[in-house]
Amino acid sequence: MTTLFHSVRLDADKCQGCTNCIKRCPTQAIRVRNKKAYIISDRCIDCGECIRVCPHHAKYAVTESFNELLKYKYRVALPAPALYGQFNNLENVDYVLTGLKKMGFDQVTEVSKAAELISSATRVMIESGVLRKPIISSACPAVLRLIRTRFPNLIGNLLPLYTPVDLAATIAREEAKKETGLTDEEIGVFFLTPCPAKRTAVTNPLCYEKSGINGAIAIKDIYPVLVQNMDRLTEPELEPLGDSGIIGVSWAQSGGEAAGLLKERYLAADGIENVINVLEELEDEKLNDLDFIELNCCTGGCVGGVLTVENPYVAKARIQRLRKFMPVSCNSVSDEYDPDNLSWTKELSPSPAMKLADNVVKAMRMMTKLKEIEANLPGLDCGICGAPSCRALAEDIVRGYAEETDCLLHKYKISPTHEDEDWLPLPFRMKVMGDDLNEEKNNEG
Amino acid sequence: MDSIKLHYVVPGDDFTRAGAASGDVKRNLKTLGISPSIIRNVSIAMYEGEINMVIHAGGGVIDVEITETEIIMTLADKGPGIENVELAMSEGFSTAPDNIRSLGFGAGMGLPNIKKYTDEFSIDTKVGEGTTLNLKVYLQ
Repeated sequence: MTTLFHSVRLDADKCQGCTNCIKRCPTQAIRVRNKKAYIISDRCIDCGECIRVCPHHAKYAVTESFNELLKYKYRVALPAPALYGQFNNLENVDYVLTGLKKMGFDQVTEVSKAAELISSATRVMIESGVLRKPIISSACPAVLRLIRTRFPNLIGNLLPLYTPVDLAATIAREEAKKETGLTDEEIGVFFLTPCPAKRTAVTNPLCYEKSGINGAIAIKDIYPVLVQNMDRLTEPELEPLGDSGIIGVSWAQSGGEAAGLLKERYLAADGIENVINVLEELEDEKLNDLDFIELNCCTGGCVGGVLTVENPYVAKARIQRLRKFMPVSCNSVSDEYDPDNLSWTKELSPSPAMKLADNVVKAMRMMTKLKEIEANLPGLDCGICGAPSCRALAEDIVRGYAEETDCLLHKYKISPTHEDEDWLPLPFRMKVMGDDLNEEKNNEG
Repeated sequence: MDSIKLHYVVPGDDFTRAGAASGDVKRNLKTLGISPSIIRNVSIAMYEGEINMVIHAGGGVIDVEITETEIIMTLADKGPGIENVELAMSEGFSTAPDNIRSLGFGAGMGLPNIKKYTDEFSIDTKVGEGTTLNLKVYLQ
């Protein structure tokens, strides 16, 4: 098995072994084992939900530090459109873009520029009728991973085009090479990312052989330095670097990509639970009258990414204001950016991570056992065993990763049925159980 | 031969819960690693049947048996029964009331779709007593 790279990691020292992350993980990829959270690599989609919900800040995302920039002679920044939503009273993106150059980048290429090319290419592809409808946006890498893990049947509906950031990297690299005559190795292309899933896609792209991006710097890390540089800028110093319009910048928020298609039969859902509900309905062919489905794992879209600074709704309001001063779009596909050249170079493969076994007969035997075990578990989904639900524990047991005695209620034969007069809410029961244990010990002594 | 049996009670008056049974079957089939196209057929057929139970019959029970070769679904209700099965099987025919249609249901594709997505289909119905659908989807 290949070692998978994940940007979402655990800081074991901070982990208290509580149940917050295991409960919220959309792919049931986390267990608490030996009092610490453990991320099941095959299942993790790097959505960052666990980073969001951990009260102890024990989950974090690996991104590049500024030192990484020093490895390259020529440094390119690819600002995500979500970056524009982080600043108060911003009326001109050139402040942000010139600020980035002030802080040490040699070149700045807007991801929103590439987004407009993708919008334009998508419009061409929808018209040509070559895609299976409803077409699902492939821009959110966590959605892409969610689909290959939980909804493999829908892989054929995904828009098989570059993501804006990958296209931006290709454009920026070509420009940089032309401008400087440097080699690929001497040019460092860095994405200023709102989320960990985009960082994962840099090391481990699913639909290309290799990403043109060298690293991803978290928006929250670049923000303080960038703000200082922007504050010092005077109007005459501004460079006219902005090269995108309303369509490109709107990709920062949920509904932006879909609106850019200029079609009315679309749906845009954001927030991982809503995304899952839409995918379920889509899988059951209940949404067949739609042309396009935009899905973003984070609430509000990319402005809701865990590596941003500002509340997603505030960021959206700011982008709304910024858009007022912009043209509709500045970029469209042409001979140079033929949609055919913007297509995936690798087929997206389904992930077997949720399957019990490779062959159905074996899986059925395991499922029979699983049902038996599940029937004996209390059904409280309390999470004390370290699995998110009794069903998940039963699954872990048949897979050989856990034992029935991991369930404390099962171990001490405590029945949680409400008819039982001894039934007590869990915290009280735990106390009673503790007393019993002490007694046992005393008797033994 | 091993088989996995699943049993569901479909409440008759709750649209928000319609689809819960077919959703659970879908999850189980995914865990088993059944091919996506078969899962799609099973879950569409079963969802249509489940919705029918809610709209027309005041609920019912669904039994699903998964064997190594096929998935057998039995959907039984004690509803009004179907007067004219041939007519009910024709595309576009529906007896769903207006309030149901306004929810987007009642397009008259329920039974035709169930037949379309299953390999074996039979219907036992008696006016005033209820309806039972016997469905099979082959695993090969």
